[in-house]
Parts: sequence; C-alpha cells; structure tokens
Amino acid sequence: MSEFEPKIVAFVCNWCTYAGADLTGTSRIKYSANVRIVRFPCTGRIDYMLLTKAFASGADGIIVSGCHPNDCHYTSGNFYARRRWMVFKKICDFMGIDTRRIVFSWVSAAEGGKWAEIVNSTNEEIKKLGPYESYHKLSTQDILA
Amino acid sequence: MQKIKLGYYPGCSLEGSSREYNESVQAIAEKLGIELVSIPDWNCCGATAAHNLNKELSLSLPARNLALAEEAGLKELVVPCAACYSRFTTTQHELMHDETMHQKVNGIIGKEYKGNLRILNVIQFIEEFIIDKLDDNIKFEFNKKVACYYGCLLVRPNKILNFDRTEDPQTMDVVMKKLGADSIDWAYKTECCGAGFSVSFTEAVGRLSGKIVEDADHRGAEALIVACPMCHSNLDMRRPEIDKYNGKKLNIPVLYITQAIGLALGIDRNILGLQRHFVTVKLNDFKPFAKKIEVENLQITEEI
Amino acid sequence: MARIGVFICHCGENISATVDCPKVSEVAAKFPGVVYSIDYKYMCSDPGQSMVVNAIKEHKLTGVVVSACSPRMHEPTFRRACAEAGLNPYLCEMANIREHCSWVHEKGDKTDQKAIDVVRMMVEKVKRNNALMSIKVPVTKTALVIGGGVAGIQAALDIANAGHKVIMVERDPSIGGHMSQLSETFPTLDCSQCILTPRMVEVAQNPNIKLYTYAEVESVEGFVGNFTVKIRKKAKSVDETVCNGCGLCTTKCPNKKIPNEFELGMGKRPAIYVPFPQAVPNIPVIDKINCTYYKTGKCKICEKVCQAKAIRFDQEDEIIEVAVGAIAICTGFDVKKTDFFPEYGYGKYKDIIDGLQFERMASASGPTSGEMRRPSDGQTPKKIVFVACAGSRDPAKGIEYCSKICCMYTAKHAMLYKHKVHDGTAYVFYMDIRAAGKNYDEFTRRGIEEDGAKYIRGRVSKIYERDGKLIVVGADTLMNAETVEIEADMVVLATAGVANPGAEELAQKLHVSYDQHKFFSEAHPKLKPVETNTAGIYLAGACQAPKDIPESVAAASGVAGKISCLFANNELTREPLIAFVDRTAPPEYSSCTGCFLCQPVCPYNAIEREDVKDRNGNLIKQLAYINPGLCQGCGTCVAVCKSKSIDIDGYTNSQMYYEVDALLNS
Repeated sequence: MSEFEPKIVAFVCNWCTYAGADLTGTSRIKYSANVRIVRFPCTGRIDYMLLTKAFASGADGIIVSGCHPNDCHYTSGNFYARRRWMVFKKICDFMGIDTRRIVFSWVSAAEGGKWAEIVNSTNEEIKKLGPYESYHKLSTQDILA
Repeated sequence: MQKIKLGYYPGCSLEGSSREYNESVQAIAEKLGIELVSIPDWNCCGATAAHNLNKELSLSLPARNLALAEEAGLKELVVPCAACYSRFTTTQHELMHDETMHQKVNGIIGKEYKGNLRILNVIQFIEEFIIDKLDDNIKFEFNKKVACYYGCLLVRPNKILNFDRTEDPQTMDVVMKKLGADSIDWAYKTECCGAGFSVSFTEAVGRLSGKIVEDADHRGAEALIVACPMCHSNLDMRRPEIDKYNGKKLNIPVLYITQAIGLALGIDRNILGLQRHFVTVKLNDFKPFAKKIEVENLQITEEI
Repeated sequence: MARIGVFICHCGENISATVDCPKVSEVAAKFPGVVYSIDYKYMCSDPGQSMVVNAIKEHKLTGVVVSACSPRMHEPTFRRACAEAGLNPYLCEMANIREHCSWVHEKGDKTDQKAIDVVRMMVEKVKRNNALMSIKVPVTKTALVIGGGVAGIQAALDIANAGHKVIMVERDPSIGGHMSQLSETFPTLDCSQCILTPRMVEVAQNPNIKLYTYAEVESVEGFVGNFTVKIRKKAKSVDETVCNGCGLCTTKCPNKKIPNEFELGMGKRPAIYVPFPQAVPNIPVIDKINCTYYKTGKCKICEKVCQAKAIRFDQEDEIIEVAVGAIAICTGFDVKKTDFFPEYGYGKYKDIIDGLQFERMASASGPTSGEMRRPSDGQTPKKIVFVACAGSRDPAKGIEYCSKICCMYTAKHAMLYKHKVHDGTAYVFYMDIRAAGKNYDEFTRRGIEEDGAKYIRGRVSKIYERDGKLIVVGADTLMNAETVEIEADMVVLATAGVANPGAEELAQKLHVSYDQHKFFSEAHPKLKPVETNTAGIYLAGACQAPKDIPESVAAASGVAGKISCLFANNELTREPLIAFVDRTAPPEYSSCTGCFLCQPVCPYNAIEREDVKDRNGNLIKQLAYINPGLCQGCGTCVAVCKSKSIDIDGYTNSQMYYEVDALLNS
C-alpha cells in the first residue's frame, strides 16, 4: 500500500497569506504538494461552514491563514476570523473532529518561508493522524437497520 | 530548616588537578546547609576530545550521566566544571531537539534520558541557592579589587545556555560585588585562555593567558576570579610562560569564585585549598562584614 | 449552459518544467462545461492573449480560466483580453499553477494532479461568476505627503508644480529630515544644507503646499481617490500665526541643558527651541517634558520676553481632518545606536560614535563647529577607526541586508577627517567596498589613494578602552587573517540603517504591508517599486529600504509622477467586488431578518438600515443595505450573516462551496 497522502485545504486571505505563498514560489522554497489553496479577500470572509463542507467532502486537514493581528488590509477581519475560530474549535471538538486537523495561523506577505513550514508541518501532523473518515463512516452506516 | 539536596557532577578535573575547586564548592555548600549528591557511577563527560571525533560518543557520554542522575531522582544537577557544563547542556539541547538522535543515544547508553533535569553551572548554583543566604552568613568583606574572568565556555553558546550575555557578562561580577569586592570593568572577560593547548603548545597559552593576566593586573585588580578548572590551571599553573610573554613577573592570584565566597564566609584557607595554588594567595586583611550590600541587579539578558 | 475555455500557460519552462501542461489541458477538456482547452508557451504574450480573444469569439465562451501565474500578477491582463473579446472581464479567473505549484513542488504525478485540481476548482468557480460592472468614483486632487525629508520635499514640490494641492505632515518641528543633519554629501562633497535648504524654503513658499510640522498622522480611512485623513497637530505652545521667528525666547530660556536631538545628543538645546538655525518653519516649539513651567508651574520667561506675544501655554493638540486622493509615504529611516553593539561596549565608551554623530561633528554648523573633537575630552583624535558594516549583513544581529549607504559615507568620513586633521591617520575596517553608482567607485579610490585612508579588509571583533585609548581588535583577512590591534582615539561605527521606530504603527494605520525589518513593502520589486499593495498609497525614499539621496529623490519624483497620473483623471474605476444584500425575492421578502449583526463588524460603516414600507407608507421591516460607495469588499459581513442573506461578488457562497467541492471530489 502506498503511503497515505492527506488532502489539505488552505483557506487564505488575498493580501497576506496568498501573497506570502506567492513569495514562497518566487523564492522557490519547496513544500508538500498535498495542499490546495482557496483564495478569499480576507480571513473575515471565511465562513466556517466552508470548513465543515471541506471535511464533509473529504479533506483530511485544513489550514486557515491570514494577516498578522493589526496588519489586516481591512483593519479587523482577521480578529473576527480568530474569534470565530475560538468558537468553531469547540464545536469541532463537540462534533468529534480532532482539532489538530485544523491549523490556524498568521502568514504575512513577507513570510514565504513560514508558509512552506506551515504546510509541511501540517502535512506531517495529518499523516500521523491518518485519513479523516468519521463523517464518511457516519454517512455510509445503515442507520435504519 | 529542611536541607536542600542537589545533584552533583564533579567530573575529572575536580577529582584531579582542580581538587581545590571541588573542596571549596563542597565547603560552602556544607556551610550553607546544602547537600550535594554525586551521581552514582558517573563517567567522563567527553570534553574536549569526544566531540571532535564522534558525535554519538560525545552525546552518549554526558547522556549516560544525565540518565543516571534522573534515575537517582535528582531534579537539579550542579556541574562546576565549565567544560562538563557545556557538554551537558549541549547534549540536553541536541537530544531534546533531535528525536532520532535521542532514540539512538538512548539505545547506546541502554537507558532513557527524559530531559527533566535542570543543569546548573556554579554561578547559576550560587545565584539560586547561595546568594540569598550570604547576608546572614558573611563574616568578612572581600574588600579587594577583582577581575572576573568568564572564559569561553561558561556563557557560550547563548542560544543553548540562555545564560548571561555573551559579550560583557555580569553574573560573577554581581556575586563579587555582593561580597563587598570592587569588580572592575576590563577587556578580557571572555577571551580564550588557550585551554586546548595547555599541554601541547604552551607558548600559545603564554600569549593568550598572558594578555588576560596582564590586563587584569594593569587595571589594578588584586585577584582574578574564575569558575572553570581549565581557566584556573592556565592562569595559575602556566605563570612562567605568561611571565615570559609579558616580560615581567606578575603576582596576581587566581581564585575560584567559590574560594572567594569561602573566604568571605570565614572558612579555613586550607579547607578551601588555597595552599594548592602555584601563585601564592596572600589576600588576608579582610574587613569584618558590617552591613548588607545592595547590588544593582544589571539587566543580564542577551540583546538579540 | 456554461461554455468555459481553459488556457494552460507553460510560462516558458517555468511551469512546463515541472507540470505536464498538455496533460492538464487534455484532462481539463473533459471537465463538465469546458468546451475549449489548450496549452501554450506564453499565455501573457500578444499571440497568447489573441488565442484567448479568438477562442471567446469562436467558441462563444461564457467563462475563461487562465491557468498560469498568480492572479496578483496577470489577472488584469487577461481580464482586459476578455473585455476586448466582448466577454465581461469578471467572467475570467486565474488558476495559480506557477507560484503555488510548479515553483514549489517537484516534478511528478502529485504536482500534475495538483495543477489539474486547481484548474477544476477555478472552472467550477467561474461557472458561477456574475458579470459585473466596475464602479466609478470621483478623485480628490490633493495629495498627502507623510514625512518632510528630502524624499518628501521632492515629492511635494513635484506634485505641487504639476498644479495639484499637497498636504505635508512632518513629525519634527522642522522639515529637512536626516539630510539636513549631514555635513557634506558624496560623491561631490557639496554641503548638504546648501543644496537642501533652498528646497525647504520652496516648500514653505509654494502656494499649493500646506505644511503641518510637529504633526503626525492619526488615522486614515477610505480608498484610492477618496481618503479621509486625521492629522494630529501637536501643541507647539507657540502661536504660529503670530510668532515672527526672532528667536529671543530660545536665548532667554533658563533650561539650556537638554540633549539636542538634532545633534544626536552631542549638543545642548533650551526647552523652547528651533531644531537648527535654517529650520522651516522658523518657529520654536516648547518641549513640554523639559520645560520648567510645565514641570513646576513657574518660569514663563519666554512669554515675558516675546514681543510678538506668541507664547500659548494653554495650547492643546489639534486634530485636523483632510480629504486627499493619494498618499506618499516618505518617512525615512533611522540608524542603530552604538548601544546595540555588546562587542563594542554597549555604548559605554563616549568616543565610539555612529555615522550620523560624525556627520554632526564634521558639519560647520554642528556642536564642534566642524572641528574634529572627540566627545570625552574635546581632544583632536589623531588616530580614528571607521567600522563599516556595524550590524549590517550580520544575521546574528538580525540584520541580514546591506545598508547600502555606509560604504560611501564611510569613505566620505575618512576623507573629511583627513581634510581636517592632516597629520591624523584614518583606518577603515570593511567587508567589501560596495561603491556601485555614478562616480562612486572613483570617490572611494580617491579616499584611499589621494587622502590616504588606510583600508583594512576584515571585521572588528571587539573594542575596549585602556589608558584613555580605544583598543580596536580586528582581523586583516588580506594579510593571512592576522589579528590587528589599533590604539585609536575615536571610533566611528557605520551602524546599520533600520526602519523608523514608528514605521509599523504607520503601516497599520495605512493598511500597507511591511517586511520583517519593518521597511514598507513595494507592490512589485521590479515593476512597481514606488507603489504599495494598497491603491493610491505610494513609497519614496529610505522608508522602503536604505537608500542614498539620489535614489530617494528619484523615487520621490517617480511617486509624484504616479500621483499626477492618478490626478489626471476626474473619475476612477473601482473593482466591483463588494458585498450586497440578497434582494432577488420581492423587496419585502428579502431573507434578511434585520438582526444587524453585520453592522458592527463592518470596518467601513458601509452597512445602513433600509426601511421597507408598504403602499401606504407603513413600515414592514428593516433590512441591511450595503452602501456600494463605502464597501471595500472584505466580506466579513458575509461570514457573520445568520440568514445567509449577504453575499459578496467575486467570492459568493455558491462560488466558494463549489470551489471546495470541486477540489475534493475529483
């Protein structure tokens, strides 16, 4: 059996982390190809239902990343994202989603190296945790029987 | 009062050429109610040969000692020798930051080192367990001008030791001021004494240590204060080479910081081992201790 | 039915070396809705763009996915191409397979699969894109210049001379910046003040420029063409409209022992002071912290001697609100102080000074009237050591970059010293001599060959004091790395140029990005060197990175050119990627419940309450309404909306859900 390659979805803001990931590219810093980046205007836009959706659709891990506190292009979107994350984390816990599967982080437009590190460390962590299956097990169980 | 019990690793120097260091550490500890418990069946720390030859060996030698100390239920380990201290802290750092190496070393020593030990050099030991007790126990004021010499291993590398500042360290000066000494600002606090060449190339020792001794003497210091057996043996024992380099005879004695504390506590000079030094330690006209000395606690952190 | 075209770019070999572009194109052609898929060497080239244009026309495409570099790079290019072909530009999306794929992953199936996934994501997204019309906004033709150093002065004068209004804000009591502190300038050795002060006066006299000194930017709101800026005018305790600048108060002030900031602590000043004689404006300010009256409630001597009756002890800070269309950041730099260097004594030796202090010492108007006198005892130093790269290019010090100006000014310092002390010896420790620039290398050669500065290639490991001399210990790497010891009378450290201490705070007020060293970041290192990532905000001078005077001036003129271009338009088009409240149902049936959770989270106060009334004018309910003129499109309201009634164009809920779904369900 080949090694488990996790599917990681990264929800990032356009101004800091997306630009930071662009810098990772321009600096040719290599990182795991298991990540897919979804661009948002701001972390404040990221509806956490999308994270649930991602897990339901088969993601094994999620990264949410935006501007450092005080550096938000829109002043305060990242604070709302962080606040929402605090709540969402508890809901995840309650729902039985291992919160280690979600990495919340700040990566600025100047931190190309940090982006690569976060992707790689998340990839390693998720590999250890194994595939996320609980939702699919739930949906395939014959509940009526 | 409950007796404080600390782990203790003397190492080879303190059993041999620097017996007086061991004696003075033990003497002040005993005087102030601290029990130093040697690690049972301790072995060589590997300094300074092992880490030039074989990385696993250089980590395994200290790791075995650390694991033994842990097994003995010790929480703190006092390591007076600066070279041993450097090897121990480096080993702890490497093992805690490299899991593969950690497993490998555990396999080699046949024990598991968990990394829960706090390793203290003699100055950290003094800062934490001695300094607060000084006010009530000092008998004599160490009213001399002294130059504190830290050498290379005590404060480097800062990233691992996280102790004092690499350039212009202050911790020994603070202790000496507390004893009533006038600790001078001088140029060679952390310069190399030539320890590695102590036997093989004594001319280099003469030059390197010569500059140290000369600068301290030039600035009017009456004693050099050290916390490392290699520093001590070079600055004390290699005085003929030093004098040859400087072209003059210098009589400034070299004391371990523990000996200086011992003198202030009024411990007998022979118990402190002062008679073993090559350069005669005269220093006797100490004033009786009159009042508590307040020392401004300098900001002792690395800037970077 | 959607008819999507997919265009895969090879970017020369930048993408195709790692990603199998033909394969991606082949797979993409089979995605539902894709009617056309092709790969090409350079999509952004003219023929590449023509391919897009022709395909749109030929295949009647309803959406385009260009799979190439980052949208931050070429999105506008391809949107323009779509518009040319008659397709709404907002029906074009880019899949980033260069920065986020080919450049960061190894060649192989996993990388190809990622490229395919990314394309599939964007195909699913673009199917749900809406045709949007860009928004027109008016332009306020006034520029704000923050900082009155040489860059700010140049930018302000150029914009003003183009016929536009300029508001200049300077933190200090006078404009002039660091350049006014310099003695002479390289590579011509002309006097800094002689060339700068006429420009300073020009700023004060230009009718298009409104100058606020002793003032700081308090807050900035709005967007390109329409910024609202609050400026805090700190209380000078002097009425500027009345003061005639006679300076009597400064001579009579009893407290004259305050370290002079302009002289970097080497001179003294009174509590009421003008920083230097040629200050613009020539109006004193009272330093409230050191003023005897403010400290004890007694004194007021300045008030008694002032014949113009201009002293106002009760003056308070004033907040002024201005409307501007563009902002130029020209806030300059700072240098590390000598106390940053433990190996050079933590700043405890008086005769170790930094480069700026040396400038003051060498300046005819400085504390020593231009004579070389060391600070400790006023003696003329006979042996002087200059240490280049003090802190710069030193990762252990956290400053990896080259401060760029030090090689040149150190050469200048050595020359100035030799011109003033003929029998003195000047040593320069250096790593490399970086003298790239017009007449720069010739200048340093002159310092070595004609003025006899002794250059030693190596670093200084430590400096200590012994018997009144500074012992400089270094290595001469061209002499077998021999240790060199010099007994110097004075040492000048060419300390690293660093960002201004307030730079981070200002960046946060302006929402522009900055790098790890707190220097402001340009939008593109090569092609947009004076723009920031925020439209309408520009950068000039050393606030971006250490720069010399010609570079700062050139950048400032560049900024002025950019701002003048902006002001040549009466209207600007804005991206229509903004939030809106769902009103697809009959108005009164909008799913908005009127909870107004969205209101407090909006950073722009763009959300208003809208009344929905029946035919008779009775209120049925209140709905949220998003003012399109104010919304900047962050989307925070979308995420907080409980009834999912708010959406944001460009990143709609349906777009994002399908994007996520597409990338996982391959």
